[in-house]
Amino acid sequence: MKPQPLVLKILNIVSALLLAGAFAMAMWYAPVEKVMGAVQKVFYFHVAVAWVGMLGFLAAAVAGIIYLRTRDLKWDIVEVAAVEISLVFFLIAIALGSIWARPAWGTYWTWEPRLTTAAILEMIYIALLLLRQSLEEPEKRARFSAVYTLVGSISVPITFLSIRFSRTIHPVVIGPGGSADTGMMPEMLATMFVSLAVFSVIFVTLFWHRIRLGQMAEKVEQARLKAMQ
Amino acid sequence: MEPTPDTIAYMIAGYTVFAVVMAIYLASLAVRFRRLRRDLSLLDGIETK
Repeated sequence: MKPQPLVLKILNIVSALLLAGAFAMAMWYAPVEKVMGAVQKVFYFHVAVAWVGMLGFLAAAVAGIIYLRTRDLKWDIVEVAAVEISLVFFLIAIALGSIWARPAWGTYWTWEPRLTTAAILEMIYIALLLLRQSLEEPEKRARFSAVYTLVGSISVPITFLSIRFSRTIHPVVIGPGGSADTGMMPEMLATMFVSLAVFSVIFVTLFWHRIRLGQMAEKVEQARLKAMQ
Repeated sequence: MEPTPDTIAYMIAGYTVFAVVMAIYLASLAVRFRRLRRDLSLLDGIETK
């Protein structure tokens, strides 16, 4: 396996620095929200990881479509990489949301539309990774994954729009009428958008590493088959 | 006007959860890379024999 490309090495450092910068902005630049207090500061990372995670699930669906058109297994590697990182990001989003909810709503969890659809979304993609383990033939596994991510991606807009089309206690942040449009102070807004950009860069860095891991696994599989012959 | 509630413990919990989950994921990537590198060198060794 080739060593890490220089651009990826630079991205590693840039991602770490940007993460530190986003954290510093959330801690010391964004003011303390008067109604919720310090816990509101988890909101910046919560929104960013949720948003980037959802885009990652959509990216996986796009990779799935490309695989179905080309039948090139490299798109299966790309698809799984996007799903895995999005799952981690979305898990963090759910955990941070729960922690924020305890002082804000008085409970860590409630079965309101956003939380319910988010939990279902996470479980749909966890199931994909588990089901993939049961399929040994690479082409069959890739075809199954591609169709699954394509169908599963329907849950992404459902999760995103769930707070707009139903009565819910979850605040709307991004989009028309959201708190980003109305109630947020400029420093809070800047911190949120910086966090969104930072987590996009972190996603790209992790995505690249995960694709390299998938390529390496493919190489090991090929070498194993060759050794068995 | 009501005073701002003290919710700093929840904020610390939130960022701790973030750090722990990210650290576990990065460690899992590193472990998988190491295992694959080991397997690859092992298989290369078998092939050269």
